[in-house]
This record gives sequence, structure tokens and C-alpha cells, in this order.
Amino acid sequence: MNIHEYQGKEIFRRYDIRVPNGTACLSAADINSAVDAVNSDVWVVKAQIHAGGRGKGGGVKVVQDKAAAVAAANAMLGMCLVTHQTGAEGQTVHRLLIEEGANIADELYLSLVVDRVQQQVVLMASSEGGMDIEEVAATMPDKIHKMWIAPAAGVDTAAAEKLVQAIGIPPALQAEAVRMIENLYRLFVECDASLVEINPLVVTGSNELLALDAKINFDDSALFRHPEYEELRDGHEESAIEKAAAEHDLSYIALEGNIGCMVNGAGLAMATMDIIKLYGGEPANFLDVGGGATAEKVAAAFKLMLTNKELRAILINIFGGIMRCDVIAEGVTTAAQNVGLSVPLIVRLEGTNVEAGKQILADSGLAIIAADNMEDAAKKAVAAAKATQ
Amino acid sequence: MAILINRNTRVITQGITGKTGKFHTEQGRAYANGEACYVAGVTPGKGGQDFDGVPIFNTVNEARSATGATVSVIYVPPPFAAAAIEEAVNAELEFVVCITEGIPVQDMVRVRDMMRDSKTTLLGPNCPGIITPEELKIGIMPGYIHRKGDIGIVSRSGTLTYEAVHQVTQLGMGQSTCVGIGGDPVNGLKHKDILAMFEQDDETRAVILVGEIGGSDEEEAAEWARDNMSKPVVGFIAGISAPPGKRMGHAGAIISGGKGAAVDKIATLEACGIQTTKNPAEIGSLLKSVL
Repeated sequence: MNIHEYQGKEIFRRYDIRVPNGTACLSAADINSAVDAVNSDVWVVKAQIHAGGRGKGGGVKVVQDKAAAVAAANAMLGMCLVTHQTGAEGQTVHRLLIEEGANIADELYLSLVVDRVQQQVVLMASSEGGMDIEEVAATMPDKIHKMWIAPAAGVDTAAAEKLVQAIGIPPALQAEAVRMIENLYRLFVECDASLVEINPLVVTGSNELLALDAKINFDDSALFRHPEYEELRDGHEESAIEKAAAEHDLSYIALEGNIGCMVNGAGLAMATMDIIKLYGGEPANFLDVGGGATAEKVAAAFKLMLTNKELRAILINIFGGIMRCDVIAEGVTTAAQNVGLSVPLIVRLEGTNVEAGKQILADSGLAIIAADNMEDAAKKAVAAAKATQ
Repeated sequence: MAILINRNTRVITQGITGKTGKFHTEQGRAYANGEACYVAGVTPGKGGQDFDGVPIFNTVNEARSATGATVSVIYVPPPFAAAAIEEAVNAELEFVVCITEGIPVQDMVRVRDMMRDSKTTLLGPNCPGIITPEELKIGIMPGYIHRKGDIGIVSRSGTLTYEAVHQVTQLGMGQSTCVGIGGDPVNGLKHKDILAMFEQDDETRAVILVGEIGGSDEEEAAEWARDNMSKPVVGFIAGISAPPGKRMGHAGAIISGGKGAAVDKIATLEACGIQTTKNPAEIGSLLKSVL
């Protein structure tokens, strides 16, 4: 789960991580008071969307007077922001953060993620703040310093001291920087984050450490421990389809193609997309109906795919394990009857209760193209999609 | 022989009174020697009861002491699954298979940390489990697709493993042991560990390695195989059509920061002498071609 920068900064404040004073604007009516609240002669207006690369796309404006700040904010609210992470269609700006500009002496980088190889949280720090960290890793790998944190011991103070020296934090601020790292780690653990990133972390002209940006992602698997995160969700950031998928606990990702896939299991779902492509088709989506799905859930999955106007065929590939083929078959027939099939449906079933599943499909009276195996299913789906184009 | 489990393994089901635990304990008992192998269940507060003749205990320790079981399988819901693994580790079980999907990653970081000096080997979480065909099935895979043989299979995925198994069986071959290591970013046994076990196993002649996008597990396994493995290994990597930055169902299946893409994994596997196919329907035939 992603949240906005201004929400991340609220959390930073709770963990004594210093951020610029600022106010979020959820509508144009909030702009004047947010601009007035800035106690500085530099205003920064920042578009609040979940995608990165906002600065380059025109989503961050720095201005020197009140009128210009109001104008910049009004222009930004509602604009379509295109960054390298939004795709060409861009994303409409529905929220802003208006804050005090900082006098920047140096830009640094700090982040925490879980390192899957070491199986520990790793702190990454660099003197090269303000840049994309992947670019730093590719071009100046020696500028990235890492510190692994053992969960039982927490942040090792001596290692943290070495690290803050290595990234060039001035001696007078080093103790504060170590405290910041400790607080950041506490935040990471207590909030069940999967990513906490400050880019840039700045040293100001008046020798202060300030988090100019705040990026926090939460671990989706830990959301059950944090019901309070629900109110951090921004409906604008999720497509209607993603929201519907989430409601039914389905894993759905829209892609560019026209062959819908409904598969049980993430690995098989990816492999099904791969084989469609291999035989000259284009998958319309990734959709894992998961284990233990009910007929209602499968029906919901079916309806999700059918909302795609480009859809030319649907391939259902189910290898039963935890999932029973008769449950799938019931879901497919229920959904097909509710929605009305507008595209060819190719079904490959294998696994637990396969015969019962096949029987339910055969008895449904629906025009289903049966496939014997994955290859057969992919070929038939590609052919069907081409025939209906 | 086979690896990790066989007909002599004695198993405890943790979470035996839950819907999933019940269903799959029944299925496991109905498969091959399962009735003799599944000897105990654990559900706190339900000690003294039994499930279908399997005695239930309050703790793993009690179950172990009473039955001598050294292996457990966990079907406990995500909020309590990490504690269930810790309990099994503290009871010094030899091998723990955690099926549960959706355990918070920081819970797993803590579990793996407490396991550093332990005697316990963990498989999973978020995995289908492990089966030694015609001997014992621990997990959620459909038993009937397997056949005893000499092909080892290791995979991160559930249903994609079944696909590979099914193809091998359809081609008239069988499996020594099939292991699903699971799709979570922080887990127990890795591809590399399983390859090392298959290399040592007299009953395994060749191995299928099934991987997917995310992390560098497959690359590490391939490099290990290049230097240490005498048996043929073939591979398939799922997700060549997956877009970067999107989590493809499994918590660990994401191409991020330019790392973990299928094309890069395939290139590493090939460079390490592991033949791969881009067609998931041809995993079995590729294996057959190298024997």
C-alpha cells in the first residue's frame, strides 16, 4: 500500500523526523490558507500523486511570493501529470502539499527496505541525494552505503555513526542523524513498512537535518494489524477495476492486450500470460483467483475481465490444488449466466475434482471451448481472439 | 531416499482444527502412507480431542513428546503463523513446512533471525508444500498427478509446480520429490538448498527448476549448480511478459530497481549450463530431451 508524501510526513513528525512546515490541500478552497500558513519567503507547491518523478514532470514548483504560490497551486490542482512512473496517459492531480522552502546546503539519501537475501532490514544511505537511487547504484555503486539491522538487536549505534560519516553529514549533525536512523527504523518496524525513503534528506544552510520528501509503503500482508491505514487511502489513486478486485480479494493487474486470463496461482498466471504471448497473442491482464475462492469470488473475477472493452477472448486455466475445479466451474457458470458471454471462453481445468468441474461446465449449456492442456488452451485462445477482431 | 520426507516421516499438523488444516490433513492421510505418517495435530485449547483418530495437543512440544514426530505442517492463519513457526523451532522439530500465505514480512524477518542457530529447516511460507510420490504428501498439491520416479522438481509457485509435475507424469516419467519453496520474499529453503539435496540424493537423476520474477534466488541456484552439480538441471522462469514495478500476485514476484526480470534470470541460467524453455507447456519435454 502506498500513501502520499504529506501523509508520510505526518508519520515522520510522529517519529521526531524533522520535515518542513506545510499543509495539504484536498481542494482549491484549501489553497489560500495553506499559502498563508507558510512562514518563509519561499513557497514549495508539490503535487500529491503516488507515482515518482514528480519534479521532472512539473509537479513541484518553487516560488518567491504569495501570489505566485496561489497561482502555481491553482494551476497544479487538476492538471494531468506525466512522469516516468505514470505511463503516457499521466495522472490527474487531486491533492497538493504547500510547504516552506528550505535553504539547501547538501542533499543526501536514506532508505530502509527488507533485503530478501540477508533476510534483514537494510538501511541504504548515500551522499548523492535528489537523484534516482537506481541511477546512483548503476553509475556510482561505491556511493551507496548499506547497514543491515538485526531485528533482535536493533540499530547498531557504532555502525550508524560510521555510516553517517561516510555519507558526509557534518560532525555537528552526526548524533542527530544517528537518532534519525533509529527513529526511522522504529517507524519501519512499528508501521509494518515495506519501504521508507527520504530523498532528499537535506542539510540546510542553518545546519539542520530536514526530510524534504517522504515515501512510505506499507506491507500489504500486515494491513490487518493497522486498520487506521484505511483512512490514508486515496480513491483517486486506484482504478475502479483495482478497487473492485481488492474488494473481492483478487490479485488483478491490467495489461495492454486483449486476451483475458483467469488463473489460480500467481506462478501459473504468469506462465499463462507468457504462453499467450509465445503463441502470438497479448494478455489483457494478470488475474490470480487464489486459493480457497468461492463461486462468488470467481464470478467477480469474471465480471472484472468483462469490463475491459478491448477483450476478445477469455482463457481460464485452473490447475486445482487448494482450489477445487467444481468450485471454479460453478463460479464460471454463475458469472457467465449473470453477465452474458460476449467473447469466446476457453477453459482448461485440471486437478482436484476435475471431472465434477468439467461436468458442471458441460451441463451449463454455455458455449465453452474446452482445452486439454495449457498449450492447447493458449493456441485456441489466440485463434479465438484473432477471429473476433 | 528421496529428499526431506519419506514413508517414515512423522508429521504434526499445526492448525488441525481450522478448515484448511482439516481438509488437507484428510487429504494427506488419504495419500499413500499418510495414515501412518500424520500422527498428531496442534490447536491451542483443544488438547485431548482428536480429529479423525489423530490426537490433538495444545502445544507442539506435547505433540512431539507424545508421538515422536519431527516434522510439522502449518495451516495457521497469517496473524498467528509466525508464532506457530517459532513454536515448532523452539520444540526443535527437524523440518517445518509453512503453507500459510500472507504473513507480514517483518514477522518472517524476526522468525528467520531466531532460526539462525536452530536445528530446524523451514520450507515456505506461502508454499504448496512437499511430496515424495507414493510415500507421503505434506501440503496442498493434488496427489494423483504424481508418480514415483527419479525427477526432482523445485519451484517457487504452487500450481505451476503441478503443471510441471503433470507434464513429467504424462511423459511416462515420475518424481523423486517435489518441493514448492513458496512465493514470499523472506522464506526458508531456497532453490539452491534444494538443488544441493537433489545432487546428494541417489534416487534423483535430473532436476526441473521452476522460477519466477523477483529476487535473485534462481541466479544463485544456477551459479551453485554450475560449480557443484553433476546431474542435469532444466529450467523455466515465469513472468517474461510481466511489466516491471507490478507485484504479480506473490509478495516476492516483482521486478524492481531493474532487478529480478525473467530475461535476466533466463540468461544467467543458460550461462550456467541450465537449459531453459520459454514455453511452460514444454517443461516436461525439455527435461526428457536432456536425459
